[in-house]
Amino acid sequence: MRLNRIVALFFRHVYLYRRSIPRIMEVLYWPVLDLVVWGFITVYLAQFRQNLPKFIPFFLGALILWDILFRAQQGISVSFLEDVWSRNFLNLFASPLGPAEYIFSLMLVGFTKLIVTASIMAALAWFLYSFNIFLVGISLIPFVLNLIVMGWSIGIITTALILRFGQEAEVLAWALGFLFMPVSAVFYPVAVLPPFLQAIAQYIPASYVFEGMRSVISKGGFPLDELLWSLGLNIIYIVLSFLFFYWNFRVVKKKGLLVRIGE
Amino acid sequence: MLEPIVEVEGLTKVFKSLKAVNKVSFSIYSGEILGLLGPNGAGKTTIMHMLLGLTTPNEGEVKIFGRPLAKHRKEIIQEANFSSNYVSMPNSLTVKECLKVFARLYQVKNKEQKITELLKIFEIDDIRNKLVRHLSSGQQTRLNLAKSLINDPKILFLDEPTASLDPDIADKTRRLLQLIKKKSNISILYTSHNMKEMEEMSDRIIFLHKGNIIAEGRPADVIKRFKRKDLEEVFLKVAREERY
Repeated sequence: MRLNRIVALFFRHVYLYRRSIPRIMEVLYWPVLDLVVWGFITVYLAQFRQNLPKFIPFFLGALILWDILFRAQQGISVSFLEDVWSRNFLNLFASPLGPAEYIFSLMLVGFTKLIVTASIMAALAWFLYSFNIFLVGISLIPFVLNLIVMGWSIGIITTALILRFGQEAEVLAWALGFLFMPVSAVFYPVAVLPPFLQAIAQYIPASYVFEGMRSVISKGGFPLDELLWSLGLNIIYIVLSFLFFYWNFRVVKKKGLLVRIGE
Repeated sequence: MLEPIVEVEGLTKVFKSLKAVNKVSFSIYSGEILGLLGPNGAGKTTIMHMLLGLTTPNEGEVKIFGRPLAKHRKEIIQEANFSSNYVSMPNSLTVKECLKVFARLYQVKNKEQKITELLKIFEIDDIRNKLVRHLSSGQQTRLNLAKSLINDPKILFLDEPTASLDPDIADKTRRLLQLIKKKSNISILYTSHNMKEMEEMSDRIIFLHKGNIIAEGRPADVIKRFKRKDLEEVFLKVAREERY
């Protein structure tokens, strides 16, 4: 594994974003729109704050955190699609670039986009709704990192599936992340889910993150149990997602599909 | 005796029930241009993809620089490169940015110097800041070729590098490749559907049909063997399956 090659691909995306207004919009447009719409709904519902204490931090915090997970996933799968769309994929894999270097470079691209998106969302939330996400405390950072890792796992699996099934599976880049939303308990506690979904939710790292966030906001303190569960599951999933990608990469090379991607 | 750069032994690739490449064996020697030709579906591009490690063979062995490709792909590919007219460079990057990305990928020392040199050789210095999507097909081909020489490869895989070029640009590209070969003693595996080009460019050719080698040797010898006037006629004979 060579850092040079990871940096090379990182710069390939930096060059791309530097001059592409539509791509910059993609980083900002949807998150900002989400924040504006849901933010005002939250402000409206906050009138009933007696029934729903700390409604703004619950809702806006969840919204920003969910966007972090979703953007982390997209940072990998959409950046991969950029190479497919530009029919450059074969040039990359005809070079000494390895699959792990490729994935790490996408993670780096995704992480950078994420920092930009999250910073702007956090600033807007403060400006529009006087909501300072950092008031949740320093404890937020390990939870955010867990969401990023879960987003990466979904992104790697999405990429592997697109490699295997071709561009017909492109829609997964936008859809797969949302599949986890209902069981991630983003805007509501796991307890409101029916029992079978609760059973699934206990295997979803994000559900512990959102439960943890609500616990921090309502009770304070540091929900170590939630963090450890989330971390443990994430370690398993990120390892499994890499193994799945590697296995799939071998399969597509055997089936001759790697050279057909983007055709 | 010339040193073999590429040694291929019993290479076979089967896609479902189709035998795309059937027990193909050949070598490419130092400083040689080997032309792979044959009708569509003959297995040319599949062989090239297997030599690049992009497609895994069902059987057979590929050794490049004396080392098995299956075990030493990264080290081998570091000293090889590839260009195809059907593969593009990132179209939202400029010519220079593309070359910078690939210079980093191949860990080229003195990147700026190498890029400047290639931009001059391929006469694309004046469009260095132009976006790839705004380039003509001739300019894109020259950029692809410039990229393929970014790491001073010892072996170059060129898949129809002059397809879709007008005769003038195609001729210039061929001359440039011959000049580069002469200067750097590079070995080239070359595919094309242009038989005149194959005759002109190749030191040796391999004629493929339905995944099998049906003729191998110097272009003049192959033409003689088939009792035809030129490679074009040999190609037509094979494609129309007069005997095969």
